[in-house]
Amino acid sequence: MAAQTFQPIPPRPAPVNTEGPLAWIRANLFGNWMTSVGTVVLGALLLWIVPQLLSWALFRAAWAPNADACRLDGVGACWGVVAEKYRLITFGRYPFEEQWRPLVATVLMVGLLVASCARPFWKPWLALVWVAVLGTFFTIMFGGVLGLSRVETDRWGGLPLTILLASLSMAMAFPIALVVALGRRSNLPAIRSACTVYVELIRGVPLISVLFMASFMFPLFMPQGFSIDVLIRVLVGITLFAAAYMAEVIRGGLQAIPKGQIEAAATLGLSYWQTQRKIVLPQALAIVVPGIMNGFISTFKDTSLVTIVSLYELTGAMGLALNSDADWRPFKIEGYLFIASIYFIFCFSMSRYSHWVEKQVNRSKLR
Amino acid sequence: MSQPIITFDKVNKWYGNNFHVLRDIDLVVAKGERIVICGPSGSGKSTLIRCINRLEEHQQGRLIVDGVELSDDVKAIDQVRKEVGMVFQQFNLFPHLTVLENLTLSPMWVGKMPKKEAEEKAMEQLQRVRIAEQASKYPLQLSGGQQQRVAIARALCLKPKIMLFDEPTSALDPEMIKEVLDVMIEMASQGITMLCVTHEMGFAKAVADRVIFMDQGQIVEQNNPHDFFSNPQSERSKDFLSKILGH
Repeated sequence: MAAQTFQPIPPRPAPVNTEGPLAWIRANLFGNWMTSVGTVVLGALLLWIVPQLLSWALFRAAWAPNADACRLDGVGACWGVVAEKYRLITFGRYPFEEQWRPLVATVLMVGLLVASCARPFWKPWLALVWVAVLGTFFTIMFGGVLGLSRVETDRWGGLPLTILLASLSMAMAFPIALVVALGRRSNLPAIRSACTVYVELIRGVPLISVLFMASFMFPLFMPQGFSIDVLIRVLVGITLFAAAYMAEVIRGGLQAIPKGQIEAAATLGLSYWQTQRKIVLPQALAIVVPGIMNGFISTFKDTSLVTIVSLYELTGAMGLALNSDADWRPFKIEGYLFIASIYFIFCFSMSRYSHWVEKQVNRSKLR
Repeated sequence: MSQPIITFDKVNKWYGNNFHVLRDIDLVVAKGERIVICGPSGSGKSTLIRCINRLEEHQQGRLIVDGVELSDDVKAIDQVRKEVGMVFQQFNLFPHLTVLENLTLSPMWVGKMPKKEAEEKAMEQLQRVRIAEQASKYPLQLSGGQQQRVAIARALCLKPKIMLFDEPTSALDPEMIKEVLDVMIEMASQGITMLCVTHEMGFAKAVADRVIFMDQGQIVEQNNPHDFFSNPQSERSKDFLSKILGH
């Protein structure tokens, strides 16, 4: 073989342009004949549907709270139902003149939730803020002090109730889930089996039956004259339910941490709790952010089930507002679209937030 | 021989009921001694050194480390682990912490050292392993050789009397083995007691006071490196040496 001399080759640009909108369209919409056909068919479908949808929802829609106007021929969506009923839908059976109270309470609560999501607020005093805001929430809603009339919890409803149930059950379910997940991996058989029994029992029944038990069966077992507010019982039910599922999600993350990490922590002298707190949980939770957020979102929507125990949260209040009113009942679709968009705003925000959290916790994996 | 720092007295260990992984191990390590342990895979050499800081439990016999007998007593284990540093084949750095945080974690949380002091000490160790400029990076952003040097620095932050190395260069690209061995050779010159499971025979020749050859859970042969390599006594070690040196 002849003597070889090494010749460095300078980099050359790619033969086909791979950047810019044209290249994107070529690659993603007309890559081969199959995608081209798909693009044309879907495009045609959109061209057919979108104008009709816009026409129904916007151009031919009736906006005034007037049921007769909605019944005219050629009228599209009847948004008047929202204009007419929005207070009943968002605040349920809460006394009409007092509805500024749930409004203030909801704004406070949403403010707290948004603040809790932002890094500058991740300080120990945030816990105190939670206590303060929750205290204010219950005081304003419940009344009986400061000249506010008393409003029993069974009249609470609509969005404030949805947000209260969802945020409190998530906030309480998360620490429970952490402990249960760690417990299922404990070396102590008693703790391990207790946690397993809890998870399997809760997972074995639907949420509806948990709520039924919390609201109807639980009082039967209580001594005479002793009762816990139905709202609290339902809250505990949802919390225990969500915690069981979340515990399994977190346990999945714990399983993914290599044994070497725990051994390294042991050789450095870290105790069990130090190891969990500084080494295992930060990594495990980072892995399961999507799963945890999944749980949060489904808990948020599951709160709609409390209607069956006569707590009228957003979905329940919507039914309450329209079912009893023959004038407006035909326009349920619009009403449901309205609350669907409220649910969507919350769930989509949670989903985007989870995306951001994932980016934050995965920074150490970037090269 | 100066005073012993590690004493194995008829130590036995089984995995499950049938796999007898350590068989009647008798071994006395003197303070400051540098020992290389070699042998075929599955011969129990990793298990042997992992018993010293109780990552593995022995089931029979006595094991005394720096005057403390290892048992189920958690206090004794904690005490021993304060004196024993360990470096793993897979580095086992904490990927969610920066290099500096990897080093300061234990001094701050176990040693209750103020953050500033811990960081200063950590930087000293990083300089020692010649990697101080990477302090703010995350482990996965470093090469294997750099990661292993960080792992060594992390173990040294605890000022251990004994260092255990479990195949520290086996997961490294050939080009990076030297940078890790150089750091270990430098450490060896500073009087720390070292037990190193490795197949780097060059390292053994350069720094070891004693080479231990293990097979099937037993110590087959031990000798100073010169005699061990030039004149192995048992058939098994002759065979082993011909395989690892002969290519």
